[in-house]
Amino acid sequence: MIEPALRVEGVRKSYGHVEVLKGINMQVKPGEVACLVGPSGSGKSTFLRCINHLEKINSGRLYVHGDLVGYEEKKGRLYELSDREVCRKRAEIGMVFQSFNLFQHMSVLANIIEAPMRVLKISKEEAVIYARELLELVGLSGREESFPKQLSGGQQQRVAITRALAMRPKLMLFDEPTSALDPELVGEVLTAMQDLANSGMTMIVVTHEMGFARKVADTVAFMDAGLIVESGPPDQVLDHPQHERTKSFFSKVL
Amino acid sequence: MTRLDSKKEQGPISPTQSHSEATILNAVPIRHYGRWVATLFLLLVALVMGKSLITNPRFRWGIVGDYIISAPILGGLRLTFMLTVVAQLLGILIGIILAIMRLSSNRVLARAAWIIIWFFRGTPLLVQLIFWYNISALYPEISIGIPFGPTFWQGNANDLITPFAVAILGLALNEGAYMAEIVRGGIVGIDRGQAESAKALGMTHMQTLRRIVLPQAVKVIIPPTGNQTILMLKTTSLVSVLALADLLYTAQTIYARTFETMPLLMVVSLWYLGITSVLTFGQFFLERHFTEGKQVRISFTQRITGRVSMRGSSAKLGKVVHND
Repeated sequence: MIEPALRVEGVRKSYGHVEVLKGINMQVKPGEVACLVGPSGSGKSTFLRCINHLEKINSGRLYVHGDLVGYEEKKGRLYELSDREVCRKRAEIGMVFQSFNLFQHMSVLANIIEAPMRVLKISKEEAVIYARELLELVGLSGREESFPKQLSGGQQQRVAITRALAMRPKLMLFDEPTSALDPELVGEVLTAMQDLANSGMTMIVVTHEMGFARKVADTVAFMDAGLIVESGPPDQVLDHPQHERTKSFFSKVL
Repeated sequence: MTRLDSKKEQGPISPTQSHSEATILNAVPIRHYGRWVATLFLLLVALVMGKSLITNPRFRWGIVGDYIISAPILGGLRLTFMLTVVAQLLGILIGIILAIMRLSSNRVLARAAWIIIWFFRGTPLLVQLIFWYNISALYPEISIGIPFGPTFWQGNANDLITPFAVAILGLALNEGAYMAEIVRGGIVGIDRGQAESAKALGMTHMQTLRRIVLPQAVKVIIPPTGNQTILMLKTTSLVSVLALADLLYTAQTIYARTFETMPLLMVVSLWYLGITSVLTFGQFFLERHFTEGKQVRISFTQRITGRVSMRGSSAKLGKVVHND
């Protein structure tokens, strides 16, 4: 049996007394695209941030490519990993944020080569060559020396995707990547993501773009109030939802 | 064009712009009678002061000239300068460390930094200096070793803590407390997303701080740090209580002997003004260096006069704004 890219078992997460995730179970196979949809506040983003340990989970198990995230299990006890080890594992997981989060004081090229040079210890020449290759793929050749502020939102988000890809991740997480964009710029980012999906990248995407989910996703998971209510192939979940909560949500957004 | 305008309103450009629009329209500009009266008044005051500076013989400019580059004064100047540079650099270092401690998720570290800042900001620097100067009254012997364990080295506090060391210690610790708040403000002001995306890329806590957060915080930190440095230059005059021969103390010893109080205070003031000018100049270039060419570059004279030529700046602004 192939080890799933992501295996989630009973993950719970609370902030103080508020339980945000109430026992999430999920599996994503390598090369699959999974879309997380649902109302805001349902815990989608928090769940995504747990996958690369930006948030610590309170209980359950979360495995990326068979490795426990953030912890090590020895003789039935969990040991928290050191900052360095967590970072090493995070380097294999790319993440794209809603607000792009490009490093404001660095040019496009510097943004992309920073982590490969510092974390993967790749030489500058090599990092630059790969960065230029990736920029060409997302249609941003020639913008290497621009600063983030000089780019449109769509361009910034494509740079952010490039920056994540420069780490040669095995898994890509997208946290509402088009929600902060002007409507006319959404398309260029979705196209870049679709190209990426077609190239065989494993992706987990939190999104409100149902069109994208229908076209690209292998699995759509509908989340509400900290639980995955329903999941399955897009045509099943989007067009023939079984649960009342799913039905009422899609009747409003579709 | 609307975006261009909104950007300009923040800068020192708007007055020139409204002026130029008025000339294009051939409209009669508003008559600022109040400003004209104020200008006239200030000119008058300047004239009176200038005349007094030149004609009042009691300024004794000749004596100022005699002392301004005399050996004792230059010696005092060197010490003042040394104290400023060393204490300020140490203060910045202490400030960065305290700021990072205060932002730590470890409660003990954060609280310890808070207490240190509270103490050193809460007591007068003059008291702190005198306190350090008399530290041997509390601890006549100073030793290095493991607490409750063996001692490796031991020395007499009076020999160890020289007046110069006291001055550096007192000034740097006090400065560190103020710098800590400035640095913390700079770090907190950086969007959390910056550190988050660095972490998501696999950068360690220290790498994130050093490569992503601090370089951006520096931009916010530099102007108040320039202020602090200028303040430090003048605060070093407090070390005269330690009988350290800085600029002011040197002048005081001279006029105690010759009674040429005013000319010597003129000498001192001129030197302080001179160094402050140099520091201001340095601060300007540091600030410009850290704005990375993204903003409109203005020259030093433009900043002093508060005027920016319309043509050059709007062309540069246009380049930045119309770059989609």
